[in-house]
Amino acid sequence: MIRFDNVSKVYARGAKPALDDVSVEVERGDFVFLVGSSGSGKSTFLKLVLREERSTTGEVYVAGRHLNRLSSWRVPHLRREIGAVFQDFRLLPNKTVYQNVAFALQVIGKNRQHINSTVPEMLDLVGLAGKEKRLPHELSGGEQQRVAIARAFVNHPPILLCDEPTGNLDPGTSVGIMRLLDRINRTGTTVLMATHDDEIVDQMRKRVIELRGGRVVRDQDRGVYGLERV
Amino acid sequence: MRLRFILGEVFNGLRRNSTMALSVVLVTFVSLTFVGAAALIQIQLGDLKDDWYGKVEVSIFLCPENSRYTQCATGPVTTAQEDQIRDVLGTGAVGDLVDKTYYEDKQEAYNNFVKHDQQGISSLLTPDQMQPSFRVKLKDPEHYQVVADATAGLPGVEVVRDQRELFSPLFRFLNAATIVAAALAAVMLLAAMLLITTTIRLSALSRRRETNIMRMVGSSRLLIQMPFMLEGAVAATLGAALSVGGLYLGVRYLVGDWLKASVTWVAYVGAADVWTVAPWLLIVAVGLAAVASIVTLGKYTRA
Repeated sequence: MIRFDNVSKVYARGAKPALDDVSVEVERGDFVFLVGSSGSGKSTFLKLVLREERSTTGEVYVAGRHLNRLSSWRVPHLRREIGAVFQDFRLLPNKTVYQNVAFALQVIGKNRQHINSTVPEMLDLVGLAGKEKRLPHELSGGEQQRVAIARAFVNHPPILLCDEPTGNLDPGTSVGIMRLLDRINRTGTTVLMATHDDEIVDQMRKRVIELRGGRVVRDQDRGVYGLERV
Repeated sequence: MRLRFILGEVFNGLRRNSTMALSVVLVTFVSLTFVGAAALIQIQLGDLKDDWYGKVEVSIFLCPENSRYTQCATGPVTTAQEDQIRDVLGTGAVGDLVDKTYYEDKQEAYNNFVKHDQQGISSLLTPDQMQPSFRVKLKDPEHYQVVADATAGLPGVEVVRDQRELFSPLFRFLNAATIVAAALAAVMLLAAMLLITTTIRLSALSRRRETNIMRMVGSSRLLIQMPFMLEGAVAATLGAALSVGGLYLGVRYLVGDWLKASVTWVAYVGAADVWTVAPWLLIVAVGLAAVASIVTLGKYTRA
């Protein structure tokens, strides 16, 4: 589903590479934690998958596409196969819960009938049934993140990228969000989650890829957050 | 769905950014009014030329008695000389250029003078004091010089006049007015374009959150940029519509009612000419907005 072959990314000429000769393969339906301290290259990894950035050297394959050779006008089609969730939710403050989720379908040209049937299903899945008409500021952080997940998943993309999705949430709320992501993963969706949250990683016992200084220092099935704890 | 979405975004953008949008409308309005005025002056000029050049003639004035010109030193024109001139005008290269030749004798010249005389000078004159002439109508008035060269030296010819000369100061003035209007229009169009650029940029910045999400969920670049383009285009088109309205009112009341009443002997531009200019003004407005969009949007809504 996602494959990096000897991928390096250098932002400025002469600077230290943000990713350094990374080779990783993520299979369809995998749940992978991407861990590492700030500046270890997690965000760059996600940006390369979304084709927000291009690799300096090495090949990137996502959802059957060779991103090095993907022309820019085809990038939108790639992004329709990737849902993205962020630490800061990125909801539209003047739109209701329902409208925020529907927006993602509207702007890729889905018809109203499709939207009317899909959005309530999705809100039900994330546990927000009955809160369709709320505005984001009327929701708790956990609920806002659920809206963001609903928006990312409403188009049923095969890949879900999560960049610190629990970074702004308390531990109890985070557990709820992780349950939701696990549930989505069990529908066959590949989930790639960058995180600092060691408790969550330790609890979930999923595959862990650890980056340090742009290099993969660990790739472990059913791993925990820090090596020293093993 | 997409159309509804785009129109909704355009409406919201214009509402949120209403003062900027209004300034775009007004600047486009003023600049296109100048463009339209320049065009209308040129149309007026063309009409006048068609109209007057159709009427004007080359006048070959023949020697009267007591002429002060040296070429008439031998006395008034004779019948034989008149025949020779008629011959030159009727045959050869000159004959091909001539549409019609009309001989105005002394009596006719006197009658015409009396008809147009408003100050009573004609009472001091007799037909004998008048000057006979050939009035030559050319197929194309631009070929005046050939006819003048062929006839000016002939015996019995006092002087050859091209009546177009009478109008040239007016035409020069109208041409200068066109240049002034066009220059003002150019400056205003530049201002309009810069303003549209700024408006689109502000609009794009204020909606960054939306466009980022659109990018993230995979909407096409066209859909992301279309609302901004249309915002500029709608504002510019409104400006163009206002300028068409302004030109129509100007032509209707200023030219149609006021100028027509004070200077009656000229055919003026009318509403029909405004409608001829109108589509061009709309095209200029939309083109302006398009150029401004292309310049701005690549930078502010990247894929």
